[in-house]
Amino acid sequence: MLFGYAINTDPKHLPTAVLTGDDSPIARALIGALRATDYFNIKYVARGEADADKLILSNKVQFVIQIPPDFSRQLVRGEKPGLLLIADATDPTATSGAVAAALGAANQALDRELTGPLASLAQNAPPYEIRVHRRYNPAGETRRNIVPGLIGTILTMTMLMYTAMSVTREIERGTMEALLAMPVRPVEIMLGKIAPYVVVGAVQMSTILIVASLLFQVPVVGSLFTLSVLTLLFIVANLSVGYTFSTVAVNQLQAMQMTFFFFLPSMLLSGFLFPFHGMPMWAQYTGEALPLTHYLRIVRSVMLKGSNFGDLAVDAGALAAFTLVAMSVAVMRFRQTLD
Amino acid sequence: MSVDSDIAIDVRGLTKFFGAKKVVDNFTLQVARGHIQGFLGPNGSGKTTTIRMLCGLLTPDSGAGRCLGYDIRRQQEEIKRDVGYMTQGFSLYRDLTIRENLEFVARVYGLEAPEDAAQAALERLGLVARADQLAGELSGGWKQRLALGACILPGPSLLLLDEPTAGVDPKARRDFWDEIHHLATQGLTVLVSTHYMDEAERCHRIAYIANGRLLASGTIPEIIASANLSTWVVTGEGLDPLSSQLKRQPGVDMVARFGSALHVGGRDEAAMERVAERYSAEGLHHWRRDEPSLEDVFIDLMTRAGADQ
Repeated sequence: MLFGYAINTDPKHLPTAVLTGDDSPIARALIGALRATDYFNIKYVARGEADADKLILSNKVQFVIQIPPDFSRQLVRGEKPGLLLIADATDPTATSGAVAAALGAANQALDRELTGPLASLAQNAPPYEIRVHRRYNPAGETRRNIVPGLIGTILTMTMLMYTAMSVTREIERGTMEALLAMPVRPVEIMLGKIAPYVVVGAVQMSTILIVASLLFQVPVVGSLFTLSVLTLLFIVANLSVGYTFSTVAVNQLQAMQMTFFFFLPSMLLSGFLFPFHGMPMWAQYTGEALPLTHYLRIVRSVMLKGSNFGDLAVDAGALAAFTLVAMSVAVMRFRQTLD
Repeated sequence: MSVDSDIAIDVRGLTKFFGAKKVVDNFTLQVARGHIQGFLGPNGSGKTTTIRMLCGLLTPDSGAGRCLGYDIRRQQEEIKRDVGYMTQGFSLYRDLTIRENLEFVARVYGLEAPEDAAQAALERLGLVARADQLAGELSGGWKQRLALGACILPGPSLLLLDEPTAGVDPKARRDFWDEIHHLATQGLTVLVSTHYMDEAERCHRIAYIANGRLLASGTIPEIIASANLSTWVVTGEGLDPLSSQLKRQPGVDMVARFGSALHVGGRDEAAMERVAERYSAEGLHHWRRDEPSLEDVFIDLMTRAGADQ
């Protein structure tokens, strides 16, 4: 039921950066009008185009509003200057509403500023044009967003299942008693349970990537190496969560239920099905605690935008931290005796 | 090692609770190196719990002791390295082959050449031809042999066997015990729990536990002598009604059916003699004085333990 509140396909307050070379009242009025649409949450002021690109590549913003240096001068001269709205269109549903709102708002934005000698400019169509750049997915194809996301959800589901039953199965079959009577340490058991599935996960990832490019024509813009390394990290993160469930659960059924209780929010709150920024804050904070959220940013950024390690350091760090916490809990929870 | 190295197991006052239930109560036992120690008692008497405390799988709530000179509370790592524990249920991996299981054990114990160790174990067990069969497909008797083989593979100094021959046919049981004796002559100490009297009789010493308490301990003659039981063997027709009659007689502590005979015993010799005289005078059954068997003693112990509850 809670998830119902979290789902919103017309997200507002999207993180935006402004790149302006013109600090005139007219430019400020324009930005104010865009902000007033509620769609744009201006969080950054970019210092140049390279800075703006970096903000988009590292998923800090979804939009950059770029106002050229002599915008107001051209406007006064009636030269119809261009205002550039750069949208990260990897998730077309998340951006289309905002783009439409921006186009609508701009029409009335300058009504108050264009008075006196400039009143003639306000008469007809707006005296400037808004150019929208839908980056990374110019045609707005949803499959470019969904297919990379599928890698993440499929890996989450399968990896969790593999390890979630590992320890409970041994306890139920009675093999754990013998294993515990042997000189093995909990860390060794954990690594032994996780290691083989890393290989399975890598095979899965390659299969999906091949299918994605052959059947769905989803490109891999970024480096395949970056993608593989970060995907392996994600695989290990999920395997350790599954293993942790396995050490906490009393039996296989309970481990199974825990897996589903983890998988459901992963599907709904990670930004896989619905735009991440469309969710209320509590859902976004929950989402930030899920490995899939970070991985979706990674996989979409690398495949569609060509982001590199540096751009994704925060998400990669989150995955690594998540893995460490899960593994520590698992090792601490692991009962070395039958007490 | 601070303890006399001739003693493999030396525990005092082991006590273990599961919730409010006292499963093992003040258990004290010494086992000499190279001995086979039988461990007997009814189901649920605390045998498995005791064995698990000995090998570091359970921590005793009170009491202390040493296994092979290692403290059972603090040196579980060392104990695990040197003790082979064969669980009551089959605890090797059913979905691995026999060879894979043996190699896994060899690797876990860090043997230098796990493949060779597994091969040697296969040859010793006579399982070379079936090495690539899944362990789960073996029959009960072979499973037990394989489990024992896996236990002794890392070369332990002490074997803890928890009902190793439950559900195994008589021939396989005999072979199993021959193997245990063979291992003991090589210096291995063995503690083995069982329900079978013939197996108990093949042990050097026996400990009998019921309701978590050690009721008797020693060699078989010692245990029989300490029970101080006078027994008669009764044969004839209509033993079942006689049996229920005798159970109500004062002085009769134990009545048990053995095949076509009834064993009747009591700790008060004079009272028991009066009962025997009266009944044999009736002439319906044949009464014969006999030495009490180990089983008579255990049935008496069990009856008394049950009455205490």
